[in-house]
Amino acid sequence: MVFTLKEVQYKDIINIEKLHIPGRKITCIVGQSGSGKSTLLRLLNHLISYDHGTIIYKNVSLQQIDPIQLRREVIMASQVPTIFAGTVKDNLLIGLKFSEKPFVDDPKLKAVLELVCLNKSLTDNAEQLSGGEKQRLALARVLLLNPEVYLLDEPTSALDSETETKVMGNFIREVQNKQKTLIIVTHSNKLAETCADTIIELKNGRIIDVKEF
Amino acid sequence: MNELIELGLWQLLAAYIFVLVLFVILKIKGIDREKELLISTIRMTLQLTLVGYILIYLFENNHIVWTLLIIIIMQFFAFQNIIKRAKYPLNKRIKQVIIISMSIGTLVSIFYFIIVVVQVSPWYDARYFIPIAGMMIGNAMTGISLGIYRLVEAMNTQKQEIEAALMLGATPKMAAENIIKQAFDAAILPTINSMVGMGIVFLPGMMTGQILAGLSPITAVQYQIAIMLGIVGSVSLTVILFVQLGYKTYFTDRAQLYDSEKL
Repeated sequence: MVFTLKEVQYKDIINIEKLHIPGRKITCIVGQSGSGKSTLLRLLNHLISYDHGTIIYKNVSLQQIDPIQLRREVIMASQVPTIFAGTVKDNLLIGLKFSEKPFVDDPKLKAVLELVCLNKSLTDNAEQLSGGEKQRLALARVLLLNPEVYLLDEPTSALDSETETKVMGNFIREVQNKQKTLIIVTHSNKLAETCADTIIELKNGRIIDVKEF
Repeated sequence: MNELIELGLWQLLAAYIFVLVLFVILKIKGIDREKELLISTIRMTLQLTLVGYILIYLFENNHIVWTLLIIIIMQFFAFQNIIKRAKYPLNKRIKQVIIISMSIGTLVSIFYFIIVVVQVSPWYDARYFIPIAGMMIGNAMTGISLGIYRLVEAMNTQKQEIEAALMLGATPKMAAENIIKQAFDAAILPTINSMVGMGIVFLPGMMTGQILAGLSPITAVQYQIAIMLGIVGSVSLTVILFVQLGYKTYFTDRAQLYDSEKL
């Protein structure tokens, strides 16, 4: 198990008695708006701390792990993609800078843009991209970081169905090839049903269903 | 050199008449600022008269306790002024950072200036200590106020960018790097601009005062250069301390952003 949650409470948003999230698998978290899906991801990325209970990552309590080192292993991309001022290249490299990993050359950057079906030049102004393009750029940025665990919050909400299938198909293949863990919060039943090894359904911060395939 | 012209009561009255004319013009033109002009003129007169008498007393009764007391009072009022000028509510931790950075930044600069540059003996000689401390604390106060505005505003409006950087593994310092730079620039730029314009666009107040008081322009210039360098040093040191400690007040020890409501 990559994550184990025991009696985790966060304000009145999350109340999870027990949850295991398997490593090297694809887990989708589904549920209505306000069910606590994004908050759960933020707890796993340790952007917020739980009030009660324990979250264990690879047999160690989250509170005992250096939060920066944890986030460099467990990378998160938020629902609204954050684009920093500068070019497409700047935005790809900034992730490597933040996680203090060596920069990569342009052919590798272009290859990762291809993976997320973003047909843009490295020198294009990233702030002028459309919402869907920004989402794909944010996905490319996390792919480059090659973490142990990817936490994606609604990564394809601004994409049409066809692009979503292509982009997530490529992304998931990449994650599976490298034997990494992927945890996705999604509204898209289609995405969950086609790619998930496990689907966790949340309602009012509680787990109401876990399906394993 | 011509003899020094001392201002008598009538000459001072003539200066007040000058403001009185302005007061009448404001009234005629219906510009609703005559009350502020009146209050600030009276306030300035009372404050400066009081300060004049206090300085005479302090100069004649040089004592380490008086000098230290004065510097504590100056720091206290500077701190009050900074808090009053802040457009955003400041949390307890950032107030502590203001006190620490103002105290260390200005005291280091003042003592370096008094002991190493001007070589005042005894160091607490009020004639030197009070005006120099006043200029350094005053300028540091203005600098830190500008820095606070930029830092607090950016930390509140750029939360999404900061969190995005944290999610990708950034340290709080990396996540706030741009904000730290912007706050430092905002705080230090007015001092740099005033240095650039000095002597061409305007004659600095201290130098003008010394020349009017009969000092040789060369001596006045030497003092002005030295004090200006001291001011730049004091503002820079204070603001560097403030921004480097200030951004940390927005993060928990688990490298998370504090909830706004908890600040």
